[in-house]
Amino acid sequence: MPASAPVLSPVTLLRLVIILTVLAVWEFLSHSGWLYRDVVPSLLAIGRALFDLLAHGEYYFNLAVTAGEVGTALLLGGTLGLIVGIVLGANRFLSRAFESYLYYLGPTPKIIFFPVMIMWFGVGPGSKIALGTLSCFFPVALSAAAGMRQIDKVLIRVGKSFRASTAQMVFKIYLPAMRHPIINGVRLGLGVALIGTLLAETKLSNKGIGFLIIQAYSIFDMPRMYAMLIVLFILSIGANSVVGRLGGLDSIKRS
Amino acid sequence: MTMAGTTPRRRVSLGGALPALTGLGTLIAFFAIMEVLIRSGGLNRFIVPPPSEIIASFPRIIVEEQVLSRFVMTLTECLTAGVMLTIVGVSGGVLMQRFKLLQQACETWVAALASAPVVLCYPLFLVIFGRNAWTIIMMGFVSGLPPVILKTLEGISGTRKVLVNVGRSFNLTPTQQFWKILFPAALPTIFVGIRLGLIFALINVVGVEFLINFGGLGQLINELAERYDLSGTYAAICFVVLVSVLFFMVLEKAERWLTRAE
Repeated sequence: MPASAPVLSPVTLLRLVIILTVLAVWEFLSHSGWLYRDVVPSLLAIGRALFDLLAHGEYYFNLAVTAGEVGTALLLGGTLGLIVGIVLGANRFLSRAFESYLYYLGPTPKIIFFPVMIMWFGVGPGSKIALGTLSCFFPVALSAAAGMRQIDKVLIRVGKSFRASTAQMVFKIYLPAMRHPIINGVRLGLGVALIGTLLAETKLSNKGIGFLIIQAYSIFDMPRMYAMLIVLFILSIGANSVVGRLGGLDSIKRS
Repeated sequence: MTMAGTTPRRRVSLGGALPALTGLGTLIAFFAIMEVLIRSGGLNRFIVPPPSEIIASFPRIIVEEQVLSRFVMTLTECLTAGVMLTIVGVSGGVLMQRFKLLQQACETWVAALASAPVVLCYPLFLVIFGRNAWTIIMMGFVSGLPPVILKTLEGISGTRKVLVNVGRSFNLTPTQQFWKILFPAALPTIFVGIRLGLIFALINVVGVEFLINFGGLGQLINELAERYDLSGTYAAICFVVLVSVLFFMVLEKAERWLTRAE
């Protein structure tokens, strides 16, 4: 690969080559007729669908619905997880009694609880929020418990020697000292809450991004589905990196 | 079960078993309270069936709903995805480690993919692969791929300098260097990646089975829920949770055993 343009580093060049190759192969496949029509729509069609999607208010309404559900789930599940995590991290006995349950229940598939959530919270946004909350509770609780245990003992002794109350200990010592594991937990929690909420929407709902995706599937509007998946991926990867940046995860990894 | 997540230091005395007993006791007490609440009408039994009914419907589920063959089906899908994950993921990681430029170009992409809700592509996979086991397997495969690639990369890049230098002083060829030094040194980390990949694969396999109403254990829950077989639905959910917990424990044991054999 000759470095013809000095402004482009070899890495950027390789990235461009990969992206262009993928796009070229895609376009070739879409015109070749080897695959079912519309499974690989032409880039132009996807671009047009993308424009259509972003130009209409309907998408933003559904995006707001999903964002509201995910946000509420993150708030509820995150707060609950944080409290449980701090309690488990602070108490060795409780941690040994209950933490392994959390540890093993954490990675079980949460979407299977959806029928139960529908019965408890109805078919509206309630059941989606509940599923998101359930999904996001576990990573936050486990990270908070682990974070609690790795706090420098000196910090805790400083707090104790100042006779800090429990609330003061939590807000002045524990939370600031474990912000990295907590942010990491929130990052993981955001990811699974998003998945839980969206999957629930694809299963049963009448609004939200998940609903739009499954609607595009049922009317076989493939360009629209690709457009929605692209926007969704960009949004979720963006949200993930914003949360990571907020907690300064980049800086601790390098140090 | 409760000891597995803690440190390997074990105390057989009652003092060591007390936390585990407390955990188990709390669980049993919780179910007992639920039973009382539901039977007394404090909770609607058409929303939450009493735990005793759920337990009683276990045999029914196992006999009438072919749980065993469903379990085998889910496991097969999961392991097929696992084999594909291992082959593609490990070779992807090795490739990226070999060609630094490729790593610099793609590592962030793979990491970004790990944080994207890939499972939302299942309607797309339905269109591409049809409503059959391959949709489920491919979904498990794609969602479990990033950790395998990243951990392989991490394992090989993290080989201790001393080992690399030993290989150099023996004048090993690059191929020998890879198979005799780098790969064996990276194996424990690669196992971590494969374990994570398999966990993701199981989650997504069961999830997609439930969502597209096809295949093994996930479909069972969907079917029972649609029949409004309440205690059956709860029992099936418990069963799937138990199976996945068992699956994670086996993976953990296998990983520990394999890394010890090193």
